[in-house]
Amino acid sequence: MVSPHCHFDVLVLGGGPAGMVSAITASQNGLRVGLIDEQVEAGGQIWRAPWASSPQGYESPEARDGNKMRDRLALSSVTCLFGRRIWSVTDRYRVDLLGADGVEIFQAPHLIVALGAHERVIPFPGWTLPGVMGLAAATIMLKAHGLAPPKDWVLAGVGPLLAAVAAGYARKGHPPKAIIDLSGPSDWFAALPSLASRPGLFKQGVGWVLSIVSSRIPIYFRHAIRRAEGQDRISACVIGPVDADGKSIDGPEVGIACNAMMVGNGLVPGGEVPRLLGADQVYRHELGGWIPECDPFGRTSLEHLYAIGDGAGIRGGAVACSAGKLAGLAAAHDAGCIDAGAFAHQSAQALAEHRKLSAFSDAMAHMIRLRPAQVASIEADTVICRCEDVTRQDLVAAARAGARDVNQLKHFTRCGMGPCQGRMCGDVAAEILAQEHRLDRQAVGYWTARPPLRPISLQSMLGRFDYADIPIPKPAPL
Amino acid sequence: MSTMHDLIVIGGGINGATTALFAARGGMDVAVIDRGPLCREASGVNAGTLTMQMTRVALIPYALRAHHMWATAREWLGHDVGVVVCDGLSLAFTEQEAELLAFRAGKRREAGAPITLITGQQALQIEPGLSDKALLAGHCRVDGYANAYLTGLAFRTALLDAGVTLTENNPATDIRQTSSGFEVVTKKGPLRAKRVVIAGGVWIEEMMGWLGIDLPIKTLVNQLAVTERIPTAMRTVVGIANGLLSLKQYPHGTVVIGGGWQGSGSREGGTCSLLPERLVGNIRLACHAVPALKDARLARAWTGFEAETRDALPAVGPVPGIHNAYVIGSIHSGYTSGPYLAKLLADQILGREPDLPLFPIDRLLKPEPLAQG
Repeated sequence: MVSPHCHFDVLVLGGGPAGMVSAITASQNGLRVGLIDEQVEAGGQIWRAPWASSPQGYESPEARDGNKMRDRLALSSVTCLFGRRIWSVTDRYRVDLLGADGVEIFQAPHLIVALGAHERVIPFPGWTLPGVMGLAAATIMLKAHGLAPPKDWVLAGVGPLLAAVAAGYARKGHPPKAIIDLSGPSDWFAALPSLASRPGLFKQGVGWVLSIVSSRIPIYFRHAIRRAEGQDRISACVIGPVDADGKSIDGPEVGIACNAMMVGNGLVPGGEVPRLLGADQVYRHELGGWIPECDPFGRTSLEHLYAIGDGAGIRGGAVACSAGKLAGLAAAHDAGCIDAGAFAHQSAQALAEHRKLSAFSDAMAHMIRLRPAQVASIEADTVICRCEDVTRQDLVAAARAGARDVNQLKHFTRCGMGPCQGRMCGDVAAEILAQEHRLDRQAVGYWTARPPLRPISLQSMLGRFDYADIPIPKPAPL
Repeated sequence: MSTMHDLIVIGGGINGATTALFAARGGMDVAVIDRGPLCREASGVNAGTLTMQMTRVALIPYALRAHHMWATAREWLGHDVGVVVCDGLSLAFTEQEAELLAFRAGKRREAGAPITLITGQQALQIEPGLSDKALLAGHCRVDGYANAYLTGLAFRTALLDAGVTLTENNPATDIRQTSSGFEVVTKKGPLRAKRVVIAGGVWIEEMMGWLGIDLPIKTLVNQLAVTERIPTAMRTVVGIANGLLSLKQYPHGTVVIGGGWQGSGSREGGTCSLLPERLVGNIRLACHAVPALKDARLARAWTGFEAETRDALPAVGPVPGIHNAYVIGSIHSGYTSGPYLAKLLADQILGREPDLPLFPIDRLLKPEPLAQG
């Protein structure tokens, strides 16, 4: 069996903004830090680095910020453990990884979890057709690979990512054929004052708008995808109007022929690791869903476990950086590397920064929040759980058969039992269950987290072994 | 005052739910309470194996009858719980294991399990997915598996149809003896009944304490894993001689890997966690038995509690010295045998003579201290 590496004071899971900043901060304050990420370079999603082999670089403020922070990371004493998939995290704090050289184990007394968010999928008929992909996935294609979408693609969903992706591809000469925005112009105007608190981002936003306008891309405000059509892959979509709550309303449907669709309805915090470890959870609708309960420094209910970044509530990259600084300092303080005075002094500025940034992040989080009315509009025979082919009516039937929490719903229907473990279907399935029983989301609970955190092949876990080496326990009684 | 039930069952797992179901069908007014939803602990998260080859010898007559109940679940439960009846193979890869297998299969056969010993080559003909490294196999046609996670759904409907008063998410905190029977203190208020059945799984030790009875129960933390859906790799239930592996592929394509490798955790905390190196050990064993599994991906692993008495035999029968109080639990391979033992207990509660003897707990209790003087 592989033995654990125990020479770190703190392990940081996730190399996005929150993880990078916390790792650098902790190391500057005397901790030995290991930073773990599945990608080959740090950056996470927002600062994702272009692949060396990708056709052309993607120029943006995020790319520049990412490069800057990667340079800082390289100059720090943080040990980067990249290209490794985390499959298990257990008590105080053992992290089992799978890398190019097989299974590895790291153990440290402090753990900072900064594993980001995943996309929220609001299903519609045809959402599982090839050619339909997530908006966040589209940004990876754009930033990391510089890949162009096929001709005649449409962009749909909600929030700032919509504008960022439209503008990004428009500048590369691949504008979408249409933008279908769940929000209306009034929602965007409502967000303007808070946007003005971040002049840099405001300027960037204006740039996106100009790119979109100059590309003459048709925009359908207050519209959503009704269905995607096609035999083996998407060949068209039908859109229709929605009200301010996201509910489908009567009005003309529009058919658009297309070869691809990028669609995203916001983000859900990726809180599996704190859940797996048993940290207290709280449901915060405006922050994207279930998150670990944390103090301002990211300390969870479990000693020496910190949760920061979008995985602890959707707040975006800038807040993630200040949260990273605070958690890095807290870990250094809690490990005895800096005294209370130094901790208070150093964290004061980051706390102030954190508060200043929240107006903007709250406004953006509000734009991409889950709209219960949008979920209520999903048709009965639409597949919600694509891993296990569970439709809305299956979920409703289970609710009527007595399922009142999401894990019971899973038992009754297999919803969330597949390889995604409910990451794709979980938020919407829980919402359907809550609506069916007229309960709040707190009452229907959260999906139990289970290892592996991402699917891994049995072969890769096995290592080399002889039958005689398997430590088979003593026989059960006869 | 609340209703006076004929019977309150504390614990809505397979033991409590089946006892309640047959008592209600026998004419009793029955209430079931559970601290969570029905069958969400051991009864809902176990591997679902319905095998004779991991069953204790003393339980074989019960397990055979229980297997028949599972195979005909649609008739008495109204839901098939995804039961598949198929062949079972218990493998030996070394000389020592072959010796153990031959001995154990012999004992189980004497108790009535139709197990025959076959060569590794013969086993390969029955299960082409097997490794060619098996020296000997126990073969039993009475084997199979259920979808354990459907147990709660199945029993919930059946209990409600039988007129049982069901209160989920309602933990009991005490039992008081009254002049007319029992008062069970619960989160949602007291419940009263003439009779009480304690069926709280690994928590029956604490519940028996409410009645002043010291019944030590050991908590096992079993680890389990399931693969993604894969093309057909096997059609039988596969285990090994010492009982530390159970493998089967469900009709939808996932393969469940179990065998009772131990995780960590305690019933007091109510949570348990997997030990990764034990999971790797369990998976190595699985892939050694059915090599095609190496190509599968692990989708999920989890743990579940199992209760065990001092002699690893069931605690099923009346509570000594307390009229109209009963206990059922710690059955060992309880998912297989539970329904039949619970039906026997229901017979006893209904005043009928059970077809086979129960497993009274007198043997497990500490002897009374000698009287003074």
